[in-house]
Amino acid sequence: MAQKQRNLILNVLTIALLFLIIWLFDRYGTDYQIRILNNIAVFITLAVSYNLINGVCGVLNLGPNAFITIGAYTSALLTMSPAEKKISFIIEPLIWPLNLIQIPFGASLVLAGIVATIFAFLISYPVFRVRGDYLAIVTLGFGEVVRVLCNALQNITNGPLGLKGLKPYTNLWWSWGIAILTIIVVQRLINSSWGRAMKAIREDEVAAKAMGIDPFRHLLLAFLISAFFSGVAGGLLAHLITTISPTLFTFFLTFNLLMIIVVGGLGSTTGAVIGATLFAWGSEALRIVESPMHIGPIYIPGIPGMRMVIFSIILMVVIIFARRGIMGQREFSWDWVFSKIRSQRT
Amino acid sequence: MNIQIFLQQLINGITLGSLYGLVAIGYTMVYGILRLINFAHGDLLMVATYAVIYGIALFALPWYLSFPLAVMVTGLVGILLDKVAYKPLRDAPRISLLISAIGASFLLENLALVVIGGVPKPFPRPPLFDKVIDIYDIKIQVLTIYTPITTILLLLGLLYIIYNTKVGKAMRAASRDFETTRLMGINLDRIIAITFLIGSSLAAVGGIMWAMKYPQVNPFMGIIPGIKAFIAAVLGGIGSITGAVIGGFVLGIGEVLIVAIFPGFAQYRDAFAFLVLILLLIFRPTGIMGEPIVDKT
Repeated sequence: MAQKQRNLILNVLTIALLFLIIWLFDRYGTDYQIRILNNIAVFITLAVSYNLINGVCGVLNLGPNAFITIGAYTSALLTMSPAEKKISFIIEPLIWPLNLIQIPFGASLVLAGIVATIFAFLISYPVFRVRGDYLAIVTLGFGEVVRVLCNALQNITNGPLGLKGLKPYTNLWWSWGIAILTIIVVQRLINSSWGRAMKAIREDEVAAKAMGIDPFRHLLLAFLISAFFSGVAGGLLAHLITTISPTLFTFFLTFNLLMIIVVGGLGSTTGAVIGATLFAWGSEALRIVESPMHIGPIYIPGIPGMRMVIFSIILMVVIIFARRGIMGQREFSWDWVFSKIRSQRT
Repeated sequence: MNIQIFLQQLINGITLGSLYGLVAIGYTMVYGILRLINFAHGDLLMVATYAVIYGIALFALPWYLSFPLAVMVTGLVGILLDKVAYKPLRDAPRISLLISAIGASFLLENLALVVIGGVPKPFPRPPLFDKVIDIYDIKIQVLTIYTPITTILLLLGLLYIIYNTKVGKAMRAASRDFETTRLMGINLDRIIAITFLIGSSLAAVGGIMWAMKYPQVNPFMGIIPGIKAFIAAVLGGIGSITGAVIGGFVLGIGEVLIVAIFPGFAQYRDAFAFLVLILLLIFRPTGIMGEPIVDKT
């Protein structure tokens, strides 16, 4: 009991410390630092929720970009003012109820999550009819279908023109608040009996079924929660980038998320957080390789796409030589920290 | 719509379908043996077309030398792909193999982007294929006839290899039971390499014909035909080579006719294939020619 209380206090203290750091950056940080911190938080939300379905349930879902797109469009359409919408939708006007609505950012994020969840529920039946590689392709297909729809449904999404001039509502408080909320919700789920059943399905679905676990119900729950947070993160991304278009959330994004959770360790929330941090920070640091360089007398012109080459090599090296990633399936815990400290003393 | 336009569209559909079919053979063969969706398979189309362009531009080869050379190069790239990305993972969980395949696909695409650049290049189509024949007011480009004929000939050749040679027998055995085949003293790595060689070469032929049909080449050109060909393979029943070609025809003809009959749906063309896939997986998960899938773990 004492241990549990100690852990709770330490968790609360850590979160308080984190918010203190955020407050300091919010006040004194440069725009560039704030931008990177926002990116880190959004990618933590995305990676932790993606890891729930891919790592914990062992289901290779290749369509999180679909839910991110849905969330981004929902949130963007709900926060734009009717006047802005009138200016944006040149070719075809926005359909009826949407063109009059404007709601606050926070409410739009919740709705972004809910709409993404509804879509996840609608496609859950065909998705979970199949497993393994087929499931990967069906979810990949869903991502493509959403992209095609965003291009085609001009009276909702403004087609290929996309939505421009969104208000930059996403700040450190929103992004980190949601990141922490995601971690808490996902961790609580993983440590519940539902979470243990999900892990059982990952290890051996037939055996899990024989133990009375209903795979569909458990996978569906993970899928819906994952979709919800992906949708919310999509809303955050939309108001961070302030411009969205159908080409923004393609399979590239899914690929990046896959790399984050594989490098971090499939199935580990801690791994997903570490992976997301390394990725968001690393992709800024790696901008160097894409910009022109002078090394002494040698001039290297900027090479666009070099970052993706490096990322794909990292992904392949990790999956071939270090299959378990940074954390494997382990998690960070205070008990582990204290056992380390104790063993140091003796 | 009059009968001429319908027939013309039908022929277009057959051409497109035979391209899907050619590429689908590679998916189905690799899937049959390794139970792996070779995500990088579609990118081999791109490799082949760039090989042709470089053969013609750099070495000034005539097209009838450059095409076969590109097919060989692509075949070797396919073998290399297996050696680098898949062989180290032979006894890993399947999900690792699939992730490695996704990584390999991205590596090929972005390597091409870095080395060659993202600007689309024109594909040099030999004038021979530009000729148009006119039968009863139906205008047919020669290319649209050569494509399905090439596909059928290659399919027949492949079926001969599969059913009448030792290598083919070993391939069939490996797709039935990996372990037992190994125990029978068959060099599986060699069989897998040959599978990749054949599959990649066929993809290269598909890629070259694709580029002659749509003569704009860029590093990401293989993605859409790759995914469609995979769907064709599933449609035909994955693991079945004849099924892959049939699936390709069904998908190609369906796609073209849908757009011809309902022009309003033209924007949704790329989504059509996935819709078919999802419906198929719901009602008949093993495809047209498919046998029930034996789970090899």
